[in-house]
Amino acid sequence: MRSLNNISLGQFIPGDSLIHRLDPRCKIVCTFMLLAGLFMASEPLDFVLWCALPCLFSRLSGTSMTTILKTGRPVVFLVAVTVFINLLWTPGHEILRIGPLRVTWEGITVAVGMGLRLFFLVIFAAMLMMTTSPMDFSAGLERLMSPIGRLGLPTSEMAMMMTIALRFIPTLFEETDRILKAQISRGADFDSGGLIRRARSFVPVLVPLFVLVFLRAENLATAMESRCYSPGAPRTRLHPLRWAARDSVAVICLFSFIAAVVALDRLVLGGVRPFR
Amino acid sequence: MSIVVSELRHTYNEGTPARSEALRGVSVVIERGQWVSIVGHTGSGKSTLAQHLNLLLLPQSGSVSIDGTDVTRDAKNLRGLRRRVGLVFQYPEQQFFAETVRDEIEFAPLNWGVTGRELDECVEMAVRSSGLDPALLGSNPFAISGGQRRRAALASVLSMRPDYLVLDEPTAGLDAAGIRELRQLMASVRDEGMGVVQVTHDLEGALANSDRILVLERGVGVTCGDAESVAEYLLRSPVQGLLMPPLARFIAGLRERGIHLPLTAGVGDVINSLEERLGCEV
Ligand SMILES: Nc1ncnc2c1ncn2[C@@H]1O[C@H](COP(=O)(O)OP(=O)(O)O)[C@@H](O)[C@H]1O
Ligand SMILES: [Mg+2]
Repeated sequence: MRSLNNISLGQFIPGDSLIHRLDPRCKIVCTFMLLAGLFMASEPLDFVLWCALPCLFSRLSGTSMTTILKTGRPVVFLVAVTVFINLLWTPGHEILRIGPLRVTWEGITVAVGMGLRLFFLVIFAAMLMMTTSPMDFSAGLERLMSPIGRLGLPTSEMAMMMTIALRFIPTLFEETDRILKAQISRGADFDSGGLIRRARSFVPVLVPLFVLVFLRAENLATAMESRCYSPGAPRTRLHPLRWAARDSVAVICLFSFIAAVVALDRLVLGGVRPFR
Repeated sequence: MSIVVSELRHTYNEGTPARSEALRGVSVVIERGQWVSIVGHTGSGKSTLAQHLNLLLLPQSGSVSIDGTDVTRDAKNLRGLRRRVGLVFQYPEQQFFAETVRDEIEFAPLNWGVTGRELDECVEMAVRSSGLDPALLGSNPFAISGGQRRRAALASVLSMRPDYLVLDEPTAGLDAAGIRELRQLMASVRDEGMGVVQVTHDLEGALANSDRILVLERGVGVTCGDAESVAEYLLRSPVQGLLMPPLARFIAGLRERGIHLPLTAGVGDVINSLEERLGCEV
């Protein structure tokens, strides 16, 4: 059944868990630390340790492991291609040969490392987006970017634009789902026929969607103007972000974990390796 | 010939913090030639149930069968079964995409491969039952009046000649005259033998018009029956978000003073029995 109900692109899932309550700046910083840490990992064993993080996240945020893993689904194809290329085109100690194709020991480690890295990358980004509301996310980003604002860049307008865009994603999904369902119940068939026929079959979905989006945008502009929004004017916040003790603890714990894994990698598992 | 829903359950977003149990064991039977209303507060699961009737959602647990065919057993024929149950969404005119009203109405039958003479008959029938002004068939669906647009939307579902018609909050955004006309339309397709399901949170309208009423509260069917028995039930045990109509509350008050009338009695009956009791005109 074609339906967007269960789509898992790492949309925000409201909740009241520990992770949900962390300061968005903390979560953004943590995500960047994770991404940096990922690129320092090189041994397969590192990745076994990295697995602890999604598990811990699942416990602390009340999101099931299946939901977290599913967010990696859109990149499975990309991961597979990366693995395949690295597997066959890395020179080194040959262990298997099928015609002109040769698989090397180095190839296997690099391929597995690359694949896992990509997969974790997506999952970590999704973990941030799943537990941070679009509003919080852009507020956090605005504050983190504020040093650039002093140079004269319109950071708060950029943040407002991003808030609105992010705010509309769930609405857009809902509306698309509703229109899809309405056309399916009128017998629309999106799954059969050739490419052109299939593309054409989306006209009954896209036209109503555009009409709705334009109406919404107009309403939103009116609503913002009637409440005196004016770009460039300084604005205060109803709920100012507050950095709490738990945010510091989270950053420190995560930093220690990453440092420990990197140290283990460099010192115990075989010295400094070049980035692969 | 009927749609039988039994012990239907549906949970959205299983396995996430946003998990929400929309239906928690609902059973109902919808006969052709009957008008069934589904009433309940916002979020009680009405729309979720409506989408199961049209197979947009399939049972996670429990069953739905249409004219004796269990939908989970016949998953290959979903499209065929779906044609029997027309579903009109809330604000159906928002689904318009075609350049003319006629194209819009022809969309459904064309999707099921109807062509030629038969297609014209489908359109003609749909225009007649929906009360759409036939002069508007060549117009742009976005440019006609609100009332006619709602009719065009109904016609675009009726044109697939369903055996059942499910309407999700069909009266939303209509004025009193529009609501009355829509009710007449629903009664007339019912009288032609179609099964009509109306999803609504307007208890008064449901009590006054439907043959049977299903009351949902937080995903559970709390009672189901004809208007009188449902009104009696709601008088005994109030349900979240449903307010008894003023006249029914008045009749309930009269009962305490010894005047017994059915809760769904009309204004005329109430006046007659009051006059009888008082022995003079009121
Ligand atoms: N597409 C969806 N995704 C997640 N939850 C949903 C979805 N649709 C409905 N729900 C939830 O299911 C419950 C029942 O919704 P619905 O069937 O729309 O009720 P009603 O039509 O009676 O207002 C609500 O709590 C609602 O939040
Ligand atoms: Mg609804």
